[in-house]
Amino acid sequence: MDIHALQQIVHQTRDARRKQTFPKFSPADRDQLIHKYHPDYRERAYRPIRFGPNVGDKTVVELATLLEGDSPIAEGFDLTPDYTTDVLVVGGGGAGCAAALHAHATGAKVILATKLRLGDSNSVMAQGGMQISVAPEDSPVTHFMDTLKGGHMQNDHQLLKVMVEEGPSIAKWLLSLGVLFDRDGDGNLHVKKGGGSSKPRLLTCSDYTGLEIMRVLKDEVLNQNIQLLEFCAAVELTSDERGNCTGAIFKDLDNHRYAVVAAKSVILATGGIGRLHIQGFPTSNHYGATGDGLCLAYRLGAKLMHIDTFQYHPSGAVYPEQLIGALVTEGIRSEGGHLVNAKGERFVNELDTRDVVSSSIIRECEEGRGIRTMSGRIGVWLDTPLLDAEHGPGTVEKHFPAMMLQFERFGIDISKDPVLIYPTLHYQNGGVKIDTNSETNVNNLFVAGEASGGLHGRNRLMGNSLLDLMVFGKRSGLTAAARAAAMPQGKLTVGHLKGFRAEAKKHGSVSGVVSPMILPPYTRKE
Amino acid sequence: MAQEDKENIIDQPEVIRHKMVTIEIAGKKYEVPEGITIIKALWYTGQEVVRGAGCLGGFCGACAAYYRTKDDPKVRTCLACQMAVQDGMSITMMPPFPARKAIYDIQTLKDPKQDLFNLYPEAPLCRNCNACTEACPQKIDVREGVWKAVFGDFKSVSEMFMDCVMCGMCTPVCIADIAPNLVALYVSRAQGAHFTEKPLGLDARIKEIQDGRFNDEWAKILKMSEKELADHCATVK
Repeated sequence: MDIHALQQIVHQTRDARRKQTFPKFSPADRDQLIHKYHPDYRERAYRPIRFGPNVGDKTVVELATLLEGDSPIAEGFDLTPDYTTDVLVVGGGGAGCAAALHAHATGAKVILATKLRLGDSNSVMAQGGMQISVAPEDSPVTHFMDTLKGGHMQNDHQLLKVMVEEGPSIAKWLLSLGVLFDRDGDGNLHVKKGGGSSKPRLLTCSDYTGLEIMRVLKDEVLNQNIQLLEFCAAVELTSDERGNCTGAIFKDLDNHRYAVVAAKSVILATGGIGRLHIQGFPTSNHYGATGDGLCLAYRLGAKLMHIDTFQYHPSGAVYPEQLIGALVTEGIRSEGGHLVNAKGERFVNELDTRDVVSSSIIRECEEGRGIRTMSGRIGVWLDTPLLDAEHGPGTVEKHFPAMMLQFERFGIDISKDPVLIYPTLHYQNGGVKIDTNSETNVNNLFVAGEASGGLHGRNRLMGNSLLDLMVFGKRSGLTAAARAAAMPQGKLTVGHLKGFRAEAKKHGSVSGVVSPMILPPYTRKE
Repeated sequence: MAQEDKENIIDQPEVIRHKMVTIEIAGKKYEVPEGITIIKALWYTGQEVVRGAGCLGGFCGACAAYYRTKDDPKVRTCLACQMAVQDGMSITMMPPFPARKAIYDIQTLKDPKQDLFNLYPEAPLCRNCNACTEACPQKIDVREGVWKAVFGDFKSVSEMFMDCVMCGMCTPVCIADIAPNLVALYVSRAQGAHFTEKPLGLDARIKEIQDGRFNDEWAKILKMSEKELADHCATVK
């Protein structure tokens, strides 16, 4: 049937739905729903890791294979440094830029390396906002409890306390750099309500929050004249005889040469794994989200945590074909947008946590109440025109210009027609285990942002990622710089690979897979 | 699985009539499926993409491209991850353009509106050709923005350029060698750092945290057992 004909049910049921309130599920119902429908509970998608720091722990097959993968660096590789620095930051997204800026501000010499351009990241796409408890009726403690609840009580308390308490000073720092957060009439920061949060706490720059922050941070990195190595992909870390991290080896993607960087401390800010398309999911992630940092840290002996849990953002576009997997911001639901099945019914409280909402969408689709596209995709409606009906004409256009433009390119006016959505692979909840200074169990190896684990528990709350990047980017940058100032450069070896390869051999890991992946294999070979 | 209602299937002409079209990438002809994005067409035709792809979501500006549709002389701009190919389309990716970015310390600027003319002395030389506006894939009125910047209306510029993905397509077309996106970035940052009210509530909250206003609550929570904490969290609505 024509998409417009199918959408009629959404228009027809709108007024009736507006009068309804849909209560949140009880804790028991939530758990049952998640266990039955959330992709984290699909046993066959998982297997135990065979060796290394997390031997025996289960993760998705795609990630396990890469973690056990071999290094492209052979023993005896020439490790004469091409560059020498105090602090080496790997990754040019939000965490990487924040780390580089704060380390640089202490007077440390900083190199920022990234496999794409400075700023090419998921951070730039963050639309929903940044959770910081600035409202008088809110508090860092409430922020802590909301996050803990969202993370199924599995969050590292120390990391979380640090994040929520440093939030307000991060907002001040960003404002001083010129970030234009939305304001209330009295000049105070405007806050919106986000899924899973008890109080309005999202700071926003319309639906361009990540873009606005990243435009400013990138510009600041350039103004501070921080040395950049763009289009350079980290392929291995180096270690001294005690196993401490001493630098990294890069592959320059322009000329295919290797470059060795000697560093007193290394910060991995390499992001997540969306482009591994685990369980066949489309993803909202950027081109380089292939989990490189996890592989590098793992080979050097860093312990990972919560790597069996991933976030599937409830609203990835399903139609048109060109936008599959692209994110439809949660802001739509924050402002009251309904999720509607093929029968025109609501089926979940739209402001529940992401895992609950995603699970409920999967349930609707698996039980035959979804809408199918000819290309074999399935989804449910997100009633976007409801926002104009509720808050006045022009609301969608004014509050969600980025999304309007994105669909307008394909002839779809989301202020008039609902959009079809299905969960999309969005975020890696876990990662490398860190302490409150962002340091791993490997000395002088720091991890910040999505590549780290513990902070978000088993489900990240909307708007907590941008704050995570800024807080732990800062803490890693400051600690790494202080550490570097107090120590000599360690020796560069790849001695850790000897043990890793022996283990791999012992466990029969001769898959021939080399990691990190660097970029997803989208290029058609024939 | 319950019986699917056959009615709930969307026709997609591009899927039903899965049709190949001929396009030209950097002057070379290829057959690709109609309706895929330009970036996907690059992968489809076997090209390794390193430069020219970033977020794949229309936000990072890495995939700026020029295209022309069949028999139309007009060369247009787009973000390659957001543009569907059609028969007869000619496409080429935009190379990185060596525009000059001014270096400044945003926090210590004394007179940001005057400093614009020191940092970007070419900004007032706009000759009103409007090529920048026509080149913008985000539909920003770039020319108007440059004039507003020059006349000191930083607030309007910061609002107009909130959609800017820094693809830089406004820059190569400028006959006055202005980089409008960089000018607008400077202006927006100056607007934020110098001409926007300080939010008093934020300072109050920072002080509360420094003064330890929440310490008692923290102490209470952090010594709870897992069960007590879960019950306590459940009371927060």
